Amino acid sequence: MNHPCVTTLERDSAPRVLFAGDQLVEADLPAGTRCIYPKPPIQPLRDVDAAIRYAINHPLGSEPLYAKLRPGMKVTIAVDDISLPLPPMKAPDVRERILEIVLALMADHGVDDIEIIVATGIHRKMKAAEVRHMVGRKVFDAYWPDRLYNHDAEDHDNLVEVATTDHGEVIEMNRRAVDSDLIVYVNLNFVPMDGGHKSLMCGLTSYRSLSAHHNPETIRGCDSYMDPQKSELYTRVWRMGRLAAKKLNVFTVETTINNRMFDRPLEFLAKNEDDLDARERALLKGLVATTARLPQVARQAIFDRFPAPYGVTGVWAGETEAVHAKTLERCNEQYLVPFEGQADVLVTGIPFISPYNVHAFLNPLLVSVQAQGYLFNFYRGAPLVKKGGTLIITHPCTDKFDHEQHAPYIDFVHRVLPETRNAVELHERYEKKFAQDPAFIQMYRTGHAYHPAHPFFMWYWGENGRQHIGRVIVVGADNEYIPKLLGYETAATMDEALYRARGSENKSLSVAHMHVPPIVMADVRI
Amino acid sequence: MAASYFDVDGTLVSTNLVHPTLFYLLNQATPVQTALRFGRALFKAPAMTVAELADRRTFNELLYSSYQGMSEDRLVLLADEVFEKVLRPSIFPAARDLVRKNVDRGNVVVLISGALDFIARRLADHLGADDVIANRLEMKDGYATGKLEKPVVAGPEKARLIRDHARVHGHDLDDCYAFSDSYSDLPMLSVVGHPAAVNPDPRLKLLAKAYSWPSFDLRACP
Repeated sequence: MNHPCVTTLERDSAPRVLFAGDQLVEADLPAGTRCIYPKPPIQPLRDVDAAIRYAINHPLGSEPLYAKLRPGMKVTIAVDDISLPLPPMKAPDVRERILEIVLALMADHGVDDIEIIVATGIHRKMKAAEVRHMVGRKVFDAYWPDRLYNHDAEDHDNLVEVATTDHGEVIEMNRRAVDSDLIVYVNLNFVPMDGGHKSLMCGLTSYRSLSAHHNPETIRGCDSYMDPQKSELYTRVWRMGRLAAKKLNVFTVETTINNRMFDRPLEFLAKNEDDLDARERALLKGLVATTARLPQVARQAIFDRFPAPYGVTGVWAGETEAVHAKTLERCNEQYLVPFEGQADVLVTGIPFISPYNVHAFLNPLLVSVQAQGYLFNFYRGAPLVKKGGTLIITHPCTDKFDHEQHAPYIDFVHRVLPETRNAVELHERYEKKFAQDPAFIQMYRTGHAYHPAHPFFMWYWGENGRQHIGRVIVVGADNEYIPKLLGYETAATMDEALYRARGSENKSLSVAHMHVPPIVMADVRI
Repeated sequence: MAASYFDVDGTLVSTNLVHPTLFYLLNQATPVQTALRFGRALFKAPAMTVAELADRRTFNELLYSSYQGMSEDRLVLLADEVFEKVLRPSIFPAARDLVRKNVDRGNVVVLISGALDFIARRLADHLGADDVIANRLEMKDGYATGKLEKPVVAGPEKARLIRDHARVHGHDLDDCYAFSDSYSDLPMLSVVGHPAAVNPDPRLKLLAKAYSWPSFDLRACP
């Protein structure tokens, strides 16, 4: 019997609505298609501030935060960047709440040598307005820019080697954090692959350290990124994080949020199409028609206009691993939906957002990251789609990039990718040279561009999906070049895509449809 | 091995060719000489303004005619002072780091500038650049004639000089970088595989966007 969040389509079922970038499209999926929907949002905490205070005063596997403080000590607070959550959270962001409480506690204990570092890793640096939104005006005005700033993974004078694992992985971290008597990490855990040791090991390290686990070998060794026990990425990051934790004094604060991504009037986008009332159906029809007619900039503005009304569902603090175990439980409680068996074909829409295009267009490389990276990996147990199966996605695959944020992506897609799609070859022949590109590094350091290594990491991100999935068919592409470059086939309609998936023998196929966003993860049992 | 070619004025430093020239004009051996030379330069100012808008090469030739009659000894003697007082304070905060990133990558760094070679050389040494392609004053009997030796480093000529430099030193232009702030350097930016707009003027900024060239500001501290 299906879980309430899994629906099997009948012949007369309503069409399914899929994201195709910032457009919505309707598709008639065959009878028998099993559609998996996000769970309803978990009830949020009623008093988040009280939960934060309780967590830091009753930590897991650690003495309380106040007991770690002494006058004159040097403290670094590291904060997750704006890649999480998606879209950005309605103010006040939970990070603002934690910072205000933690900073007040520190002031009470005579700690005034405090710097707050946005743990951007090799992501783009956050803009002042984005930081202000995240940490709140009070903290921003008091600390920005001298004591609240973005991490710089290319500032080699301010990076220091902490240790090397017995596997030869070098941990090179932000000097200020390493030199501190205490590091407090303020996390917002969006999906199970976030948080834990990954926070410090990705957020405050260098390209050199990141390349120890962001490489094709590691990614190919992952079953699901979202299932830590089966993720080689998790294994390597954990190995490095545990070693670093022995050398550093880290106090971790992790938070979870529910999946209430859409605010009114777009809340119905999270629902099963069969459960919509007449008003919601009319709104949906209107939105489908509107997004089909509006220019791209206007469509993006519609979705950017509504920050997500996420509710905080948990706060834990203390020793990193003990804290993260609780975080994972709550994350899984929100996202995991039991699903029996695998499908021959997985159909999913590719939405307009990803962690790497906040306030920017989802460029072609990020389409592949979403399809074969994130969406493929939203499972535990076994992939939703069988080995060698077909993934059908809806997206225009427009050859468009944000010229500032994704400057190195443009070169990667148009200069490097035409040479080869082979991740190992890209890693061995091109990555190192490209990652040292002085112009792109300058754009990363003084502007708001991603580090030049980032597009390579993004290509690798789709690697386990690429190894598992037999073919990807994209419906609604506005050009042939980009899908071909990404290794995708194209189809004008969903019917054509399904026809192609069936092949010349016209065999009967099991079809699954994943309704995203909001996030849902399939807990697949074979 | 690849090379990185840097325009200088406006790209790595905030000054332009006029600033060192003014320093020389205002630091002549006697106040009378200073007044005479400065007066003559002022007289040429309108023509230089027009030339700047129309043709960089003509501008350079007009500007350097102000050096006519200056002794080579004095020019070289004052070069350190010109560098310390005019150029060094005007180097953009992130310029040295950008040059270093190119060196770290294994690129040969070349400054290509309309400035005079003995001044550009000092800047190159300071920034850690390997080579200089710059203008040279024609000297006769130890005195500047006010003319530039050919080729004059300006505008499209920079592109040819880069091609020649790359050929002589065995650099594949597809692997080479070029950095400039000015639309007038479009030829030099176009001959390499990796052009970049640095503190770009509005026309270059638009062009960089159209061609997806990297574009950034060295005036900002990292």
